[in-house]
Amino acid sequence: MNIQAIKAIYGFEIHRTLRTWKQSIVSPVLSTSLYFIVFGSAIGSRMMDIDGVSYAAFIVPGLILLTILVESINNAAFGIYMPRFTGTIYEILAAPISAFEIVIAYVGAAATKSVVLGLIILLTARFFVDFSIVYPLWMLAFLVLISVTFCLFGFILGVWADGFERLQIVPMMVVMPLTFLGGSFYSISMLPGIWQTVALFNPVVYLVNGFRWSFYGVSDVNAAFSLSMIFLFMLVCLGVIWWIFKTGYKIKV
Amino acid sequence: MQDDAIISISHLSKVYPSGFTALNDISLTIKRGEIFALLGPNGAGKTTLISILCGLVNPGPGELKVDGLDVIRDYRAVRKMIGLVPQEIAISMFETVWATVKLTRGLYGKKPDDVYLEKLLRSLSLWDKKNNKLMTLSGGMKRRVLIAKALSHQPKVLFLDEPTAGVDVELRRDMWQMIRELKDDGVTIILTTHYIEEAEDMADRVGVINKGRIVLVEEKAELMKKLGKRELVLELPSPLSNLPATIQIDGLDLSPDGNKLTYTYDTRSDYGEIGRVMRTLYEHGIEFRDLHTSQSSLEDIFVSLVSGNDATDATPGDAK
Repeated sequence: MNIQAIKAIYGFEIHRTLRTWKQSIVSPVLSTSLYFIVFGSAIGSRMMDIDGVSYAAFIVPGLILLTILVESINNAAFGIYMPRFTGTIYEILAAPISAFEIVIAYVGAAATKSVVLGLIILLTARFFVDFSIVYPLWMLAFLVLISVTFCLFGFILGVWADGFERLQIVPMMVVMPLTFLGGSFYSISMLPGIWQTVALFNPVVYLVNGFRWSFYGVSDVNAAFSLSMIFLFMLVCLGVIWWIFKTGYKIKV
Repeated sequence: MQDDAIISISHLSKVYPSGFTALNDISLTIKRGEIFALLGPNGAGKTTLISILCGLVNPGPGELKVDGLDVIRDYRAVRKMIGLVPQEIAISMFETVWATVKLTRGLYGKKPDDVYLEKLLRSLSLWDKKNNKLMTLSGGMKRRVLIAKALSHQPKVLFLDEPTAGVDVELRRDMWQMIRELKDDGVTIILTTHYIEEAEDMADRVGVINKGRIVLVEEKAELMKKLGKRELVLELPSPLSNLPATIQIDGLDLSPDGNKLTYTYDTRSDYGEIGRVMRTLYEHGIEFRDLHTSQSSLEDIFVSLVSGNDATDATPGDAK
């Protein structure tokens, strides 16, 4: 295994994040904090508890996930799209590095950033909302797994995209709405009859509920099932990435 | 001879998904430590050939070996040996010179070596720019950065794909000097270029590729000798209306204004031929006030080979 190459790409990507720390770190933390202030502190104080959890605390896992999903996709997608866009992908392809190592390096760097971002948002939330974490290790496990899975998805997006517009379409027009409708701000048991069933077709429901279970021990769906769904999506992404490198799709002719 | 070969290509073809045949049954051997110039018009297949060897393009049928190792099966060992300076200036504009060169060294599995990288950047006059963002550098400096990246992992084989395209004369001369020094250090250099004088000045051997086929591979000096033409031009003190009918020498022509006699001859021919021409002219009372000789350039040879290939659509063959 070419450890030096993994370290080089990983370090390069982390350095890129640190170089653009205002956009990469401060901006998502600030925008999520605004949600905590508006929906948590201001509106939340007038809402009733859900499953014994205050509304302000109830939305914390969902809001963290909202940022993590979008940032994971964006980080990984830009990580691989920019070398394609600028032509510097040539040095990755010409280097003695396997597809597996390329994915570890790019996805690893993007996922690291997402996990760190998630933890910063978690700490920031404590300034505005009073909450506790029942299963901290599971919380961390869910955070890492979801970050890695969506970074893999972002990597696929970065290979597929032919322009900056395509890069933005999926996170903004698919992931964001699914997260909003996936129980980030409410329990799906609050939805009218048929919509509860419809909501179960939204994959983000399982992510949000699994993550929320690790915080409060309550969930609309079984936590083990949530975990299985995350693993399933991860396997699908790994399969697509394997196919990309096997065929050279949009990377190599 | 096998030990002498650093790159062996055998019956390699490449057809792109669009149906375009970029390489057609190419066989070629590059010798260890030589400077090999690959010449050819646009779309001839030069970049495709280099890209396949470097792992940027999937090869078609055929066999490719670098230092005896298969480029697909032993890709790690092969790629560690290769450095590539691409045709396009492809660099991360927001990064610094130091960061980008360090990245490339790492990609090739080499541990960081700040001493070597400093020496490399100094040799390319980039040391004082090491903390500059690449976007702030001039075009020539960016090209130097590409060379620094290609050399950052100390390759045995260096591919230079049109390295001096769009580079000013001074920088071009610097690069030629650097290439010679690399050769002296034992690096094998494969150069594609449009600048014939570049190949003429530096190459040990020249390969000509056209329409995906190797038309010719030859020692440069041998090629010049075989295919080069020499011209002897005699300037006459007074114009001649025509050459006396008794002068029967192939290749001797009078200019339309009658002021010059030009004798074109093959470099392989016996130099005694010139003496015969001079004697014949003297015997016919034709004097001259000045003379000079010239030799056809590699460019002339290249043009004649490519145009000849276009006309005859030469069949492929092994080139060693």
